[in-house]
Amino acid sequence: MKNRNLNLEVHHVTRVEGHGNIYVNVRDGTVEKCEWAIPEAPRFFEAMVVGRQYSELHHITSRICGICSIGHTLASLKATEAVMGIKISEQDLKLRKLALHAENLQSHMLHLGFLVLPDLLGVGSVIPLASSNPKEVKTVLRLHRKANEMSNLLCGRTTHPQRLMPGGFSKIPSIKELTSLRQKLKDSVPDLQAVAELFKSLSPKLPDFTRETEFIALTSPDEYALYDGKIGSTDTGTAPTSEYLSFANEYIVPISTAKRAKHARESYMVGALARFNLNYDKLSPLAKKTAEMFDLKPVCHNPFMNNIAQLIEVVHSLEDSIKLINELEAAGLKSQPDYNKPEIKVKAGGGVGAVEVPRGILFHDYTYNDKGYCTKANCIIPTNQNHGNIELDMKALLPKILDKPEKEIELNLEMLVRAYDPCISCSTHCIKVHFV
Amino acid sequence: MKPKVAFFDFAGCEGDQLQIANLEEDLLALLDQVEVVSFREVMKEHSDNYDIAFIEGSCTRLQDEDRLKQIRKNAKIVVAIGSCATIGGINSLRNYRELDDVKKIVYGDSAKLFDAYTARPIDAVITVDAYVHGCPIDKEEFLNVVKSLLLGKKPDIPTYPVCVECKKNENVCAFERGQFCVGPVTRAGCNSCCINEETICWGCRGLVDNPNENSQKEVLIKYGLTVDDAISKFRLYFGWQERRK
Repeated sequence: MKNRNLNLEVHHVTRVEGHGNIYVNVRDGTVEKCEWAIPEAPRFFEAMVVGRQYSELHHITSRICGICSIGHTLASLKATEAVMGIKISEQDLKLRKLALHAENLQSHMLHLGFLVLPDLLGVGSVIPLASSNPKEVKTVLRLHRKANEMSNLLCGRTTHPQRLMPGGFSKIPSIKELTSLRQKLKDSVPDLQAVAELFKSLSPKLPDFTRETEFIALTSPDEYALYDGKIGSTDTGTAPTSEYLSFANEYIVPISTAKRAKHARESYMVGALARFNLNYDKLSPLAKKTAEMFDLKPVCHNPFMNNIAQLIEVVHSLEDSIKLINELEAAGLKSQPDYNKPEIKVKAGGGVGAVEVPRGILFHDYTYNDKGYCTKANCIIPTNQNHGNIELDMKALLPKILDKPEKEIELNLEMLVRAYDPCISCSTHCIKVHFV
Repeated sequence: MKPKVAFFDFAGCEGDQLQIANLEEDLLALLDQVEVVSFREVMKEHSDNYDIAFIEGSCTRLQDEDRLKQIRKNAKIVVAIGSCATIGGINSLRNYRELDDVKKIVYGDSAKLFDAYTARPIDAVITVDAYVHGCPIDKEEFLNVVKSLLLGKKPDIPTYPVCVECKKNENVCAFERGQFCVGPVTRAGCNSCCINEETICWGCRGLVDNPNENSQKEVLIKYGLTVDDAISKFRLYFGWQERRK
């Protein structure tokens, strides 16, 4: 493609959360520019929380992101609880894990069904699919609705949870509500199978592209790590979460506009595929079967397969939720006082909370004074950690697809960005640098 | 012909647009009534030809004003959705600190490279015709506002405080539980949803039109709370409204 000239500017890539731009310039077959830039407005959360009391931080930082608000709330609570030395009960731990599964289910279904499926079916959005593929759309909606009902039950509502608080929950569901949820989850298996088969039939449309990279995710010997674990890397092994700063080395790129992160290589990837690659052994039986359907094995270096890893995680979250409810039922759900207000002794110091949210590993790091007011905060968001990897993937993918028509190149690059399921609003606490 | 609608977002978490996606089957019914011509979060197509614009998020920098003004020009009706857009919301929490300090806390030495000004609601920049309050918005209330607009009526937004709904729901008062709640001065319409979940009202729907400040003061005295407690809690969501008073 020696004669290929291309000038591509995709402003505000659609069907992703937040605003991102793609800039490509090819002259005489040589890639002169291939950039992933972020024009989102900054939000300054780390400054907003300074001076606020420990009981409010999870409420404020939940607002970093509407889609992963449960994950932000949990990372926030874990950081606060680490500082104050608060231990939550086994029961609350299980309920929090269920809340995290609910968000994973909701977010992954939204991404797969609303944002990815249109690309695979060759349309611009899910809206025309409502009339062309009503059966598939209704199946996706049913699963999405059930995930939201689950968030409602655990957190009080779907977006920006109300019941989660330092030390536990303000209110918990009854065992009857939980077992009825379990039945709904069980009843969802055929729908999930239908979605898996749909994606199986469409998976040849996912580009066959590979670029070796490092994957980072929480990992645990006990379970498929989501709520807790050590930081794991496919390159360097594991480390405690308190060492997160040596993993997520944030840096600023001149010309390109976003802060990024790197560890052992130029970039790394977080999210469902990273978790799959690091924790495959711990997936639930049905999730493993789903992986076999797609012949997906760790370590997979095709970023487009992040979509399939999300699908596998949906199956895992569903199965693991059933297991958690079984355990809660077997132990007997202990009631808690009306207007539960856990006893908390305020302590000064610093603490880190790390949680796997739909788009990858999330860190909240707070310092409190002896009155329980926040003096310093740092939040490292999954999408920020992925920005560098997205651009390097784009640079590797572009030369391979230069012989395609412009529209198709554009679509492939957009599909690549979408595969990461970027959450740009989230990442704007450290974005928008103008270098003049 | 179906009315054409468009969705736009500024500085916010996009949780309100998510609430709209969360309408699930009701969303399909809504799509029978309107034609969505722009919704970046869910569709590739875009058109500037629309009747109703729904805007989420605050305006937090000068450069975003042009985009807002263009939307105002294109739309017959502009609807602000969610606290960030209706009252400045959580974004205005940073307005209490010097902007230079805010930038420095987050960006250190690179602070001067960032654009930002006082975080503000949409109606600080353009005229807004209707509001869907809340953080996040309530799905039902969104549908009700849309229904009113489609019928050419002015949406009915409560002008009384959350306490009215909370009493109706027979909740134990948060102050009785030893907590600080801004329900007495916050606009109702949420059915006191947070207190129903046994937490407090944080104020996400903004100050009610004529807040009874004397009565709030009485509450403070009765429960041994200080004005500082009140100011601190007011700052969470009322940053822009308080500043304007």
